[in-house]
Amino acid sequence: MPKDHGIGASPKRREDVRFLSGTGNYTDDINVNGQAYVHFLRSDVAHGRIKTINTDAASAMPGVLKIFTGADFEGVGGIPCGWQVTDRHGEPMQEPAHPVLAQGKVRYVGDQIAAVVAETVEQARDAAEAIEVDLEELPAVVDMKAALADGATKVHDDLTSNLCYDWGFVEENKPAVDAAFEAAAHVTTLELRNNRLVANPMEPRVAIGDFNRGTGDSTLYTTSQNPHVIRLLMGAFVLGIPEHKLRVVAPDVGGGFGTKIFHYAEEAFCTFAAKALNRAVKWTSTRSEAFISDAHGRDHVTKIELALDADNNFTAIRTDTHANMGAYLSTFAPSVPTWLHGTLMAGNYKTPLIYVNVKAVFTNTVPVDAYRGAGRPEATYQLERVIDKAARELGVDPIALRRQNFITEFPYATPVAVEYDTGDYHGTMDALEKIADFSGFEARRKDSEARGKLRGLGVNCYIEACGIAPSNLVGQLGARAGLYESATVRVNATGGLVVMTGSHSHGQGHETSFPQVIAEMIGIDESMVEIEHGDTDKAPMGMGTYGSRSLAVGGSAMVRATEKIIAKTKKIAAHLLEAAEADIELKDGTFSVAGTDKSVAWGDVTLAAYVPHNYPLEDIEPGLEETAFYDPANFTYPSGAYACEVEVDPETGKVTIEAFSAADDFGNVVNPMIVDGQVHGGIGQGIGQALLENAAYDENGQLLSASYMDYAMPRASDVPYYNVDHSSQTPCTHNPLGVKGCGEAGAIGSPPAVVNAVVDALQSGGHKVDHVDMPVSPSRVWAAMNA
Amino acid sequence: MYNFDFEKPSTIADAVAALGDDEAQALGGGQTLIPTLKQRLASPSKLVSLKGIGEMQGICIADDGAVCIGGASCHADVAGSSDVFAGLAGLAGGIGDPAVRARGTIGGSLANNDPAACYPAAALGCGATIITNNRAIVADDYFEGMFATALEEGEIVTEVRFPVPEASNYQKFEQPASRFALVGVFVAKYADGVRVAVTGASEEGVFRWAEAEAALSANFSAEAIADLKLDSDGMIADLHGTSEYRAHLVGVLTRRAVAAAA
Repeated sequence: MPKDHGIGASPKRREDVRFLSGTGNYTDDINVNGQAYVHFLRSDVAHGRIKTINTDAASAMPGVLKIFTGADFEGVGGIPCGWQVTDRHGEPMQEPAHPVLAQGKVRYVGDQIAAVVAETVEQARDAAEAIEVDLEELPAVVDMKAALADGATKVHDDLTSNLCYDWGFVEENKPAVDAAFEAAAHVTTLELRNNRLVANPMEPRVAIGDFNRGTGDSTLYTTSQNPHVIRLLMGAFVLGIPEHKLRVVAPDVGGGFGTKIFHYAEEAFCTFAAKALNRAVKWTSTRSEAFISDAHGRDHVTKIELALDADNNFTAIRTDTHANMGAYLSTFAPSVPTWLHGTLMAGNYKTPLIYVNVKAVFTNTVPVDAYRGAGRPEATYQLERVIDKAARELGVDPIALRRQNFITEFPYATPVAVEYDTGDYHGTMDALEKIADFSGFEARRKDSEARGKLRGLGVNCYIEACGIAPSNLVGQLGARAGLYESATVRVNATGGLVVMTGSHSHGQGHETSFPQVIAEMIGIDESMVEIEHGDTDKAPMGMGTYGSRSLAVGGSAMVRATEKIIAKTKKIAAHLLEAAEADIELKDGTFSVAGTDKSVAWGDVTLAAYVPHNYPLEDIEPGLEETAFYDPANFTYPSGAYACEVEVDPETGKVTIEAFSAADDFGNVVNPMIVDGQVHGGIGQGIGQALLENAAYDENGQLLSASYMDYAMPRASDVPYYNVDHSSQTPCTHNPLGVKGCGEAGAIGSPPAVVNAVVDALQSGGHKVDHVDMPVSPSRVWAAMNA
Repeated sequence: MYNFDFEKPSTIADAVAALGDDEAQALGGGQTLIPTLKQRLASPSKLVSLKGIGEMQGICIADDGAVCIGGASCHADVAGSSDVFAGLAGLAGGIGDPAVRARGTIGGSLANNDPAACYPAAALGCGATIITNNRAIVADDYFEGMFATALEEGEIVTEVRFPVPEASNYQKFEQPASRFALVGVFVAKYADGVRVAVTGASEEGVFRWAEAEAALSANFSAEAIADLKLDSDGMIADLHGTSEYRAHLVGVLTRRAVAAAA
C-alpha cells in the first residue's frame, strides 16, 4: 500500500490551493505606495549606431518623471557574466561590456535604448513614442558561420571578432580521437540544428525597485529563480550596494524554465531609478517584450561523428558545434555549450575517446542562456540521433546497439571529466520495454498503414548531470560563484517548524515535498512544517533553483539542519527523561528511553527549549534553530530510456504523437505525484521543441516568430497520454536523501525520441530520409519526403 | 492602446451616422481590431460597436432558401444553428477557439478579409451575397486581395446570404501557432456547377481554383482532381510553409473536402 505521508507519499500540492484559487502573490500583485512605472524604448533594428537621442519633447509630456538613457549609466557597472570559459589555447573568452541601457550601439531587436519613468504605464508608453532616436543602421550579424568569416561585421567593435571562445574538450584527447576515427570500421556523421527557443513562462518578468530614504535600504521585487544570486550580482557588480543594504524578494513565480535565473538590465534599472527618483519604480513585461528580452535557449549547430569498430562497439565521438550567444553574455551563457554540454557527451555509453569542439559566437540576436536542461538536451539530442542513424546504416536494432554499448559498472569515469556514481541503464531500458509495449508495435503500424498513415517508433536514452553543485569543481570550470545550498530550520515553542531554504519554488512543489522529508525524519505530520523561500532577508544565502538541484542540494541542506535539530532535541529529551543521551530514540514524534516506557513528546521538548525552566543550560543554549550549508561531492546522474510513437500523414507531412513512454531513474523519490508532473511537463516542452517551437530570425535580425501568432507552443491536443515509470531506482551515493533530481529529464530525453520516431516512420514508407531538423513541422517533413 | 471614443448604437442607421466621423472605426467582435489597438498599431478616434444592433443579429432562411446570417452574428451561433448547412456550420465551429467563436462575427471577418481567415472561403465558395447598409455585393466582386474588399469607407456588412449547396465541406490545415488556415479549401456543389475557394494560400487572398471547379463540375469525386496541381507562383511563403508546400496542400485539401462532401 502506498504511504500516506512522509517520503514516498503523494499528498496533493498545498501551494496549488492558492495558485488555483487566485490567491497567489506574484510580483505583479505587489504594489508599493507611490510607485511609478517604467516603459523601455527598445530597438526595432538588430544593429545600429546611436547618433543622438533627443528626449526634450518626450520629457515634457504628461506624467513623465524622468527619461533615462545610456548616458545616465556612465560610471555604473554593467550586467555581469557569471561564468568564464577558457578556450583551447588557454586564453579567457572574449567578454563584452553589457550596459544597463545601450551605449553607442544597439545590438539586437529588443535592446533597451531609453527608459521612461512616468506616473502611469500608458503615459510612459506615450512619451517613449515621442523620443527621437537618430540611428545609423548597420548590417546585422545573424548566421553564426557567417559571423566568423573574415571581414564579418563585428557585434562588438572593441572585440577582435565575433568569436566568444573556441573550446576544445578534452583538448589533450584530440590526437587519440582522430586516430580512432582513422582506424574505425564504420563512421556515422550527422549535421543538425538544436532549434532556438523562447522559454515562455506563464508569468512574464516583473521588477519593482524601491528605496527607503530613511534607512538607505534598497529592495527589489523580482520574478527570479534565485533572489540571492540577483542580490549578489546586482549589488556587487552593477549598482555597488552591499548585501546588508539590499533586499531581493522573489515571491510566487509563475514558471521559470531557466530564463528567470539570470540578472537582467530591467532589474538593475528599477533599483537604480528608485533611488534616483526616490519613488518605487515598477516594470511589468508585456508578452511581446518577453519574446525580445527574456534570454532565449538552445540554438546550437552541430556536426557529430560516431566511430564504431567491426563489432559495433563505439570507439570514438567527435563533435563540432557552433553555439549562439546572442548579442551579450547572459549570466550563465558561456557554461551551457561547454561544461553543461561537453561533459555529457559520453551519455550512457562506454565510448573511450571523445572530443568536443564548441565555438561560441556573438550575433545580433537576443542573448541565449540556460533553458530547461541547458546543454544536456543539446548533448543528448545529437548523441541519440547519431546512434540511431548508425543503427540504421548498419542494419542493427537501435535498442540492441545501445544496450551493447551501455556502461554497466559504477562508479564510471567518463573520458569527458565526470564520474557517474550510480546507474542501471539496462534496468531503465527493461522498464521502458515493459511500459511501451514494443511487441505490439508492428500491429499498431499495420493499423496506421490501413488508415493511410506512416507509423514510427523512436527510442533513446539520456543521462544528465544535475544537482548542480560541487563548488570546488565548478570553480575550477570557471563559475564565478559557489553552488552549495542552505537551509535554516526554526522550531517554534509548540513544535511547528519553519524551513527557510535558499531553493526557490516556481512550480516545483517544494512547499509540499520538503515537509514530507522533515515529517519522515521527526515522525510528525507534514502540516507542522512550513517552507519559506524567495526573500533574502529571511533565508540564508542560497543559490536558488535550476539544474534539478533543489531536493538534491537544497533538500540535503535541510536534512543536515534538521539533523542538528534532532541532535539538540535528544539532549533536551535526555535531560527531561533523566536518561543518557545515547539511549534516546525519536520515533513518531516521541522521544523515548530505549528499553523503558519513559517518553516525552516532541512538543514538550520544543517547549522546554523556549521555556527552559528545567533545562541543561550549562550544556546547551535555549532555543531551537539550526542552519546548514550543503555542498555535495559530485553531480547527480539521473538517467532514463524514452520511447515515442508517431504517425505521419504522408500527404501533408503532419506528425502526431500517438504514444510516449518514459522510464526514469531518479534514485529515491520523495513525492511520486510531483515527479510524474515534472516528467510530464518536461516531455511536453520537449515535444514542443521537437514539433512546434522555433525562434527564427530573418537575415536582418528581425525575430519572425515574435508572438503566439507565429511561435507555436504545445497545447494539450498536441501531446499524448504519458506512460511514466520511475521504478528503476539506483540511489545517489553521496547525498543523504539518495535523490538525483527530475526537473529537466523530460525536456532532455524527449526530443530525440520524437525525431527518431519520425525518421522511422518515413523510412517505413520507403522514403530515404535520415534526418529532419527540429521543429519537425509538416512543411519540413513534406519537403524531406519530396527532396 | 490609445484613447478613443466609444459608441454602441442600436440601429444600422445610427451606426452609419456614427461612422461618418473622421477616423471612426467599426468594431465587430474585436478579435483582430482589439489586439491591433493593444499593440498601438491603430489609432481610431472612435470605435462604433455593431454588437448592439438587433437587426444585424440572427439567422434565418430566405424565401429563395438561402441562409441569411446577420453581420453581427458570432461564429458560435452559426456553428450551432440548425438552419445552417453542415459545410458552413463546420467551418464556423472550427474558427479559433471557444472564446474567439463567442466574440468574433461573420461581418467582422469578411470586412477584415484576413488572407488566412476561414469565412472568406465559405463566402466565395458558396457565391454568397454580402449585404451592406446600402447595397448587395456578390462574393465574386467583393474580395479584392489581402485585407482589401469592395466595402467603401464606413460601409457595414449587415447580412450575408448563402445559397444552400447540394453538398459542401471545408478542410482547414492549421498553421501550428495561430491556428488560422495555413491553407483552407471550401468546396460547394450546386446544380449549376462546383465552386472551390481557397484561403490561406495566395498572396492575393482568397481565390477560386478554376481548374478544380471545371474538373469537379464534370465529375464530383476526389479522383477527378487526383492529378491536378496548382502552380506555386503567387502562393505565400513564410516560416510555416513554402509556396510549393501551400500549393500542394491546396490539392490535398480539395480532394479531402470533395471526399467528405460527396
